[in-house]
Amino acid sequence: MAPDAGLAGPRPPDALAREWLTPRRATVAGLALLLVVLWLVFPSGFYFRIATLVWISALAAVGLNLLMGLAGQVSLGHAGFVGIGAYAVALGPRHLGLDPLASLGLGLVLAGLLALAVGRPILRLRGHYLAVATLGLGILVWLVLTSEAAITGGPDGIQVQRLVLFGWRVAGAETWYWITGVTLVLGVLVALNLEESPTGRALRALHDSEVAAAVAGIDVARAKLAVFVVAAVYAALAGGLLALFNRFVTPQTADFLHSIELVTMVVIGGMGSCLGAVVGAAVLTILPQALTVFHDYEHAVLGLMIILFMIFLRQGIVPGLAALLARRAA
Amino acid sequence: MSALSAEGIGISFGGLRALDGVSFAAQPGEVFSIIGPNGAGKTTLFNIISGLYRTGEGRVRLGGEDVTGLAPHLLAARGLSRTFQNLQVFFRMTAEENVMVGRHLRERRSLVAALLHLPWVARQNRATRERARDLLAFVGLADRARDPAGSLPYGALKRLEIARALAAEPRVLLLDEPAAGCNPVETEEIDRLIAAIADQGTAVVLVEHDMKLVMRISHRILVLNHGRMLAEGRPAEVRADPEVIAAYLGRHGAEAAHAAG
Repeated sequence: MAPDAGLAGPRPPDALAREWLTPRRATVAGLALLLVVLWLVFPSGFYFRIATLVWISALAAVGLNLLMGLAGQVSLGHAGFVGIGAYAVALGPRHLGLDPLASLGLGLVLAGLLALAVGRPILRLRGHYLAVATLGLGILVWLVLTSEAAITGGPDGIQVQRLVLFGWRVAGAETWYWITGVTLVLGVLVALNLEESPTGRALRALHDSEVAAAVAGIDVARAKLAVFVVAAVYAALAGGLLALFNRFVTPQTADFLHSIELVTMVVIGGMGSCLGAVVGAAVLTILPQALTVFHDYEHAVLGLMIILFMIFLRQGIVPGLAALLARRAA
Repeated sequence: MSALSAEGIGISFGGLRALDGVSFAAQPGEVFSIIGPNGAGKTTLFNIISGLYRTGEGRVRLGGEDVTGLAPHLLAARGLSRTFQNLQVFFRMTAEENVMVGRHLRERRSLVAALLHLPWVARQNRATRERARDLLAFVGLADRARDPAGSLPYGALKRLEIARALAAEPRVLLLDEPAAGCNPVETEEIDRLIAAIADQGTAVVLVEHDMKLVMRISHRILVLNHGRMLAEGRPAEVRADPEVIAAYLGRHGAEAAHAAG
């Protein structure tokens, strides 16, 4: 919140604290605190492994939320960008002799350029053309990864070289918990930064009225393209981390079901809420672990969950609970 | 030089001739009103001028520059702003944020700087917010700054749109029925607002059904009927024009008015 210009002079410490603790800072600080608390209470590597998967999915969901929640555009092939990030890390060292970290960077650039190439013609149009175009893009990426077996290893997947940072062999669930957790916190910070900028306001505005946004001087097509590229880079980063952590990738990373999972994370967590994307990612990652008995029905449970959320908690978990608390307080 | 001029604007929708050879020019600091019965083509004219519709007929100039067929955001960058008859408010944002969006063109925009939240981004956010507050105060919505736009009453939303349009510091402001659905007190508010905006040197082009308001604040009036120009002149001239009276009241009414006058 902006300081009140009318209130000059010394202020009581609690007012200062309230002023300093903007929602942006509170979210980031809360997430960092959660990282430490979970680290203290987790009893075994299994928990760190699950948490790492949550942080990675959350990173992709936070990016997708910028596109869906902020700008109101849907990508139904976002896993394609995750796949590009993941396979860049797998194939870069193998075929190009690149360092895994450089391969990750290459993956981010490739995903961004692909988003730019696909988004540029599509995002000039109004309506849900992006959803259809990205649906096709996602399937295309999956198809290439599956069929170009000589390069990608095909449907069976491919091994990923271990990450070595300045001679340090990165290994262990706890290490990856910290690497991915800190990356997520930074990712959330950057996403919230975007929201609190002219571009962020432009995206929220065009979500409500593209006509009014354009009349206010916003280049609507360009703003949508920018956020699409940013979302693609988030997804590729998540994919790269996933590949480095699992040390193995399969085309499933890029398949349609994974795209739907990402969309579901954003929707049930709460569109437009950065924290919601993290919560949604946590629900969708942890639930299958908790409900292993339902393993055969995983897809059905996913579908049922979307339906139930749409009926009973349409805003999603985080905004829904926030509204509930606000009503209690009033 | 005219702030805004339209020359020979025409457009057809299917077989319907919505506008035909419409020309006018608005000067800086002038309140120029466009009136006419329903379906006369007033909003269509606004939509062409502001780049929402494209037509092959006629030219639009802003401060002398030919801007015919430019996209709305490019027109905005050249100093044109507008409000909408059917509200186009960002309902999920607060009143203050709506106006902040209006500052878009006056802000430095760098995606990388925004992602990193460099110090100047935060400073600029504060400045933009302050400016938005001032404008909300100007239109009488200071106490609603933090409210979601969706919670504001109709008349307030009309004024919110004006504040948002003003945030861009336009040289030409198109107002599409700003007083529609407003009570007499609110209409008087809008009256005062429009006069103040024109006093600052902005050319205000107004489409409005409230004749009392139009006659009171306009410097000049253009009357459209079935997409054609019927009359143009000062309020007193237009009011006395028999063609205008006929268009508004029908032939019979014109005779009655003539008899009464």
